[in-house]
Amino acid sequence: MTAPFIQPDLMPALPEMVMLAMTCLVLVVDLFLPQHKRGFTLLLSVATLVGAIAAVILVTPVTPVSSFGGSFVLDQLAVVLKIATCAVTIVVFVYSRDYLIDNDIYQGEYYVLGLFATLGMMVMISAHSFLLVYLGLELLSLSLYAMIAFNRNSLPASESAMKYFVLGAMASGLLLYGISIFYGITGTLDINQVSAAVSSQFAQHPVALGFALTFIVVGLSFKLGAVPFHMWLPDIYQGSPTSVTLFIGTAPKIAGFAMAIRLLVDGLGELQVDWSQMLTVLAIASMAIGNIIAIAQTNFKRMLAYSTISHVGFILLGILSATANGYASAMFYTLTYAITAAVAFGVLLVLNRKGFEAENISDLSGLNDSNPWYAALLAIAMFSMAGMPPTVGFYAKLSVLQAVVQVEMIWLAVIAVLFSVIGLFYYLRVIKVMYFDQPLAQQTTTIKEALDVKLLLSANSLSLILLGMFPSTLMTYCILSFS
Amino acid sequence: MYADWPLLSLVIWTPILGGILVLFAGDKEPAGARKIALVVSIVTFLLTLPLYTQFNTETHLMQFVERQPWIDAFDIEYYLGIDGISMPLILLTSFTTVVVIISAWEVIQYRASQYLAAFLIMEGFMIGTFSALDSILFYIFFEAMLIPMFLIIGVWGGANRIYATLKFFLYTFIGSVLMLVALIYMYTQANSFAIFDFHHLKLSLNEQMLIFLAMLVAFAVKVPMWPVHTWLPDAHVEAPTGGSVILAAIMLKIGGYGFLRFSLPITPDASAELDWLIITMSLTAVVYIGFVALVQRDMKKLIAYSSIAHMGFVTLGFFIVFRIVNSGLGDQGAALALEGGMVQMVSHGFISGALFLCVGVMYDRMHSRQIADYGGVVNTMPVFAAFMVFFAMANAGLPGTSGFVGEFMVILASFKASFWIAFLAALTLILGAAYTLWMVKRVVFGDIANDNVAALKDINKREFLFLAMLALAVLALGLWPDPLVEVMHPTIENLLNHIANSKL
Repeated sequence: MTAPFIQPDLMPALPEMVMLAMTCLVLVVDLFLPQHKRGFTLLLSVATLVGAIAAVILVTPVTPVSSFGGSFVLDQLAVVLKIATCAVTIVVFVYSRDYLIDNDIYQGEYYVLGLFATLGMMVMISAHSFLLVYLGLELLSLSLYAMIAFNRNSLPASESAMKYFVLGAMASGLLLYGISIFYGITGTLDINQVSAAVSSQFAQHPVALGFALTFIVVGLSFKLGAVPFHMWLPDIYQGSPTSVTLFIGTAPKIAGFAMAIRLLVDGLGELQVDWSQMLTVLAIASMAIGNIIAIAQTNFKRMLAYSTISHVGFILLGILSATANGYASAMFYTLTYAITAAVAFGVLLVLNRKGFEAENISDLSGLNDSNPWYAALLAIAMFSMAGMPPTVGFYAKLSVLQAVVQVEMIWLAVIAVLFSVIGLFYYLRVIKVMYFDQPLAQQTTTIKEALDVKLLLSANSLSLILLGMFPSTLMTYCILSFS
Repeated sequence: MYADWPLLSLVIWTPILGGILVLFAGDKEPAGARKIALVVSIVTFLLTLPLYTQFNTETHLMQFVERQPWIDAFDIEYYLGIDGISMPLILLTSFTTVVVIISAWEVIQYRASQYLAAFLIMEGFMIGTFSALDSILFYIFFEAMLIPMFLIIGVWGGANRIYATLKFFLYTFIGSVLMLVALIYMYTQANSFAIFDFHHLKLSLNEQMLIFLAMLVAFAVKVPMWPVHTWLPDAHVEAPTGGSVILAAIMLKIGGYGFLRFSLPITPDASAELDWLIITMSLTAVVYIGFVALVQRDMKKLIAYSSIAHMGFVTLGFFIVFRIVNSGLGDQGAALALEGGMVQMVSHGFISGALFLCVGVMYDRMHSRQIADYGGVVNTMPVFAAFMVFFAMANAGLPGTSGFVGEFMVILASFKASFWIAFLAALTLILGAAYTLWMVKRVVFGDIANDNVAALKDINKREFLFLAMLALAVLALGLWPDPLVEVMHPTIENLLNHIANSKL
């Protein structure tokens, strides 16, 4: 029994096609560029991403449309997340340039891999079948493995890539196992059909469904970095070249959020009570472990890794409240977290120079003396992560807490705020090091920076305050995505 | 002519934008930065004056109201307005900031523009806190002011500044996050973040208790009340003079203001139920902390403990109200208690600020805050000694100074509630005199203790200026408190009516 072949509507996938075609073009063009013209690859890559954003805006539908037999969907959620992913990737590419030059890894493959990873994320965001979610995820992960190992002379980077590959493959396996059980029960991979089948067969197979759900949640937690599946995250953050850490720490979070929404909310909404309980445990553990262990870190990248874990806990809070408001607040949190993390890693990248890898918190000593502007930019990012008003981090936390209180889980909100007090401590320590400590000897040379990086980084950091004062627009987009 | 001006927005944003301007003026031109900062602070002060002169003392309703939708998704508004409680505190803020800017003139050499900018930006946040009528807006200002203060103590503070500033920040933050949860909870009940909608919210006693306790943590840390006061002596000792002044004169008042704006009207039943707790904490602050102040060797620490004791009077005045109302003696005594607390807040703002400035004046010359390093200062600095003795007397509650008025009103009101509460509160008249005057005796009077004291020079014109400004304020408020009491009277009456109605 084969379904008749129907020509799928290709328009909704236009952004992905633009990305794919352009990425191949970048790959080929880069081959013929001499090293001193490598800047053209960057330019072309940025143009690709801008083109993808333009394509997304061009095909933005009024009502959600699906294509490819229902396995690909373009809705408000997908539009917002795709634009955000591409925009964040542009920022990452621009910040990375000088770091790559200084470390002699200024090669076109960095951008090509980054573009493929972005394509993978876009597929994940639009995927409406388990299979496509998995394909997008693998495209992202495989590109990331290669990006981490990209600096082949760096031992820690190779180690990180290996670790990430092994653990990532295991997580993918777990996810795939869960998907296969669902396929076994429902006989379909399409998310809408799975959703329908689950609700009709819930009474018949409660145990099997719960079993399968567990694997899905575990796989998802691995990818998001929720405790207790977070072990890879600090090592990868620390070992990777900072430019790659910047990438891993920002855009894939957005895609991870999309994956969680597609799988749990769209696909398995019927099992909401079960996954809410699982996510509650994961969220509390993430906030606790992330915030407490971050205190002990001396490596800035590692500290940010633990901080990410705690923020994932907050994002899970929004999702587990299982209301449109909760999803919207989690989305808001994810987007603003990606912007904030971009500033933190971006400043760290700027501090890197040939032969000096800034990665310890002490490397930031006295930054206010040597470069008050970058100190201020990083301070804004730290306050935003800590959730201090008037930065956007406060509003993100507020909206998540609100979602949690609305579903009468006040105790959870109290736990969340108490852990964020603990979190405040290590963010303040970064500010303390920058503002109160004396600069180390190697810090006294002024930072050489490109004007475009400086402008973009400034805009990026100041946007945290601007969004904190006027969060309405972004919040409205988030709410529309779930209405 | 001011009716159409968004005056409150102006007094909030002028110092903030001015502060950013000062920041960009940079450290290369500290002289220019100082001048801009002074002009901005004076302009802000002048802008706050119409808030007083145009204030309608006949009504308890909010005045100078500005209301704009801000974050529609959660019904958060940009909602400002002042009444008789907040207006005096706003004037206190703008006045004190001018004093602080003048006091930092030559003293702060390291990154002067950042220092001055921090104070200006903080001024905007503090005025915002006093005038916000949307609880999230209040919370944003309430939290945001921690950032400049954190930097002020951490960058320009003393040897142990990092410990002190982290403690200050974390203490205050842990208190306020619980309040945030309470605010969100009330939002889910009222579908609005406006404080007045919270005032009319029906809440069960259980809900009220939890909300009250959450807010108590926030405000008690800020006041600070015993036993969560320990951050204050550390912060004061390490903070630069200006930081101590702002901390004592204004930041502590935000805790007291919070009780009046949030705790009493939102949770009157829980407040009445738990008033014994607050009264006990307040009396402990007055008596026990008074004794602690007596044994301090560091002048700043002594004044810090004296602040805690004096703020104990404020909270005592606010919560003794429930005892007075219950005893059936009518509103007269209750209004006296609330107004006494308010007068005490304003007066303490002037006096503690002045005392910290006095210590700062000596510290700039001797680089020591230890009482033992001084002695006989009057011989070399007679003009300064006169000021110091005057402010010390005011701190001890000498009639004729503002320090007397508030304490007297609160003690008088306490008598209507209970003799023993009044008795314990009145101990402050002895204790306050003991620790303040004993310090003055050891520092100012006597023979010249050592060569350093012998080499002291008397205060210059700049120092004379800011001490004289404060002395005038203390004296004016002490001799003629009516203008202050008058503006707050309708608001206090309304508040009393409000809390007399059970919300169950």
